Amino acid sequence: MSTENNKTLFTPANIITGIFLAIGLVITVLRFTKGLGYVTNLDDNNPWGIWISFDLLCGVALAAGGYTTSSACYLFGMKKYHSAVRPAILTAFLGYSLVVFALHYDVGRPYRLVYPLFVSPGTTSLLFEVGLCVFLYVTVLAIEFSPAMFEWLGMKNLRNKIHKLTLALTVFGVVLSTLHQSSLGALYIAVPSKIHPLWYSPYLAVLFFVSSIPAGLSMVIFEGTLAHKPWHHMMDKTHLDEHEGVILGFARGASIALAAYFCVKLVAVAYDNNWHYLATGWGAWWLLEVLGFVALPSLLYAIGSREKNIKLIKWTAALTVFGIILNRFNVSIVAFNWQLPASQRYFPSWMEIGISIFVVTVGVTVYRFIVSRMPIFFEHPEYKDAH
Amino acid sequence: MKRRQFLGLLGAAGITATLGTEAQAATGHTFDGYPNAKGVLFDSTRCIGCRKCEAACNKVNKLPAPAKPFDDLKVLGNERRTDAKAYTVVNKYAGKKGPAFRKIQCNHCMEPACASVCFVRAFTKNPDGSVTYDASLCVGCRYCMVACPFNIPAYEYSDPLTPRVMKCTMCHDQIKKGELTAPGCVGACPKEALVYGKRKDLIEIARERIKRNPERYQDHVYGEKEMGGTNWLYLSGEEFKDIGLREDLGNVSVPTMTSGPLSVVPMVAALWPALLGGVWAMNKRKEKVAADEQKAAVRAAKAEVKAEAAAKLAKELEKAEKDKAQAIEREVKRALEEAAAAQKEAAAANKDEEGA
Repeated sequence: MSTENNKTLFTPANIITGIFLAIGLVITVLRFTKGLGYVTNLDDNNPWGIWISFDLLCGVALAAGGYTTSSACYLFGMKKYHSAVRPAILTAFLGYSLVVFALHYDVGRPYRLVYPLFVSPGTTSLLFEVGLCVFLYVTVLAIEFSPAMFEWLGMKNLRNKIHKLTLALTVFGVVLSTLHQSSLGALYIAVPSKIHPLWYSPYLAVLFFVSSIPAGLSMVIFEGTLAHKPWHHMMDKTHLDEHEGVILGFARGASIALAAYFCVKLVAVAYDNNWHYLATGWGAWWLLEVLGFVALPSLLYAIGSREKNIKLIKWTAALTVFGIILNRFNVSIVAFNWQLPASQRYFPSWMEIGISIFVVTVGVTVYRFIVSRMPIFFEHPEYKDAH
Repeated sequence: MKRRQFLGLLGAAGITATLGTEAQAATGHTFDGYPNAKGVLFDSTRCIGCRKCEAACNKVNKLPAPAKPFDDLKVLGNERRTDAKAYTVVNKYAGKKGPAFRKIQCNHCMEPACASVCFVRAFTKNPDGSVTYDASLCVGCRYCMVACPFNIPAYEYSDPLTPRVMKCTMCHDQIKKGELTAPGCVGACPKEALVYGKRKDLIEIARERIKRNPERYQDHVYGEKEMGGTNWLYLSGEEFKDIGLREDLGNVSVPTMTSGPLSVVPMVAALWPALLGGVWAMNKRKEKVAADEQKAAVRAAKAEVKAEAAAKLAKELEKAEKDKAQAIEREVKRALEEAAAAQKEAAAANKDEEGA
């Protein structure tokens, strides 16, 4: 089934990939020879930039498709979503691997990244909590993904053994995801004095967890849409037949999850009675986020799934993904240090953006490599009906 | 659910529960600081902005020489913060009673945000009141800098592989070794704007000064309660917010703020497996019941069809039997009639022959 090998390597997609990778490698060298100060706009007041906001916070939220899809299929008994599980697990696995990869750029001493786990665990830190869960979850995802690889390599025994762990792995995966998705929000509970009251809340943990559900579901729809054209020939009849059902079902789920998230957003403002801020410029920005990227997609998803309007659902998925990115940026950059004068605020350097693009490009490249070879969009003929 | 699967789930619940992190249990236990902890009292009304403290700090901590010498007082006009080369800075503010100066450095919180958020325990709150940092554990995540409400810790951004977090140590090492008897800045102050001593005593001294000169001072000791209390304390003639000290920080320490979310962690680990396993088991059962019902329905339908067919067949058979009997009867009757007719004809023919 590998048609890519027969074509020339110099396709437009490959050329763009090559350019991004080359730029990324140059910045990588600069980062590890000249330091963070040379490649980033970080400073003492703004210690976290887009490598945390985008690569970590957005990366983890958008990789939530793994636990949402596998729990829908294996725990909540929605078997008709089975063909969506493998692509979602693959994306989650790559997403988390890239989060860990990107952190090597951001922390000052990446060679010590295992210290919190094995040398000096700081258990009072929510970042420890995030680190432990992400470490364990990457392991779980690697095991969950491995059957696809073993099928590809023809290692039947190992594949069947791991397949039996599916239920336990799924449960463990949801536990870990609940914990670190929420803890990423809880990181900011320590800084009420630095985040604008409309975005700071003692409920930040709940907000981040609840919003990760529509983020994951929307990402599965969004990515399925992107993958459908180039890999149509790799998709078997089951995948293609179930595709529309998956989109409609996930749209319904995302609509409900977004509605719940909308309610939590309102509760977060009501809890500290911060309504008066809505009359300010910050309030307008908050309303744009909450009405335009939470309430609106919830409504559009509902309409789309009722009228079976696949096109509307796909656009809504993109809108939701953008909304989640906007929210994570708002909490960690836009509303962070809101009291500081503009001259002391942070804006990313082109090299920081370059590394973020580089990381995404690496992910897309590995994704392309895997789905063109391993049984992701189709069931391996030897394991049909084996689930 | 099979017994083995149940035990598996139980095991998963146990493992995840024990992986939970240690949280501040809500036992009513409070930490009021080490009893003999020391601190420094800074009196802004005495400070003349000479920067002698900055110079002394630079010297005792062997920090690199600044771009502009310490006797250049023009830098006081720009609001500066601590950075990787300066553990302390003095800023000048236009107060309502005239120019006011304020020295800033690490406030050595009683329950330090930096120490509680550090995921490798690189910060230590020492019994002498100081908060110190161990570069040999630091990963360089900079969460301490994010968490510090006073924006104090700075970072060696220009060091590519071994950057350190840099901040005042209240001269912990120098005092411990006996090189100094008080922090470098305190010893260098020509106006006694800085006093080093037990925090308890410093609060009393501060109160006494306010009492004696109520018109000179704000009636507040900054740092007594802010963010759970700090070991560095401030007196001021101007409102604290006008000399760059935020008054909206509140009195709750960061460990107290984060203990809530931390305490939920082990609960999620303990309850989720049972909850999710339960959902799984319910769905499994629902499926099984549905399958059984379907099977039963199919069986019933089959039986019904069969019975109907049998009844129909029996009816048909009966009908066929009847038809057959009727047909035979009919045939017999006809045969008899024919026979009778033939007899009559024969009799008539006989008569005719006799007659002729």
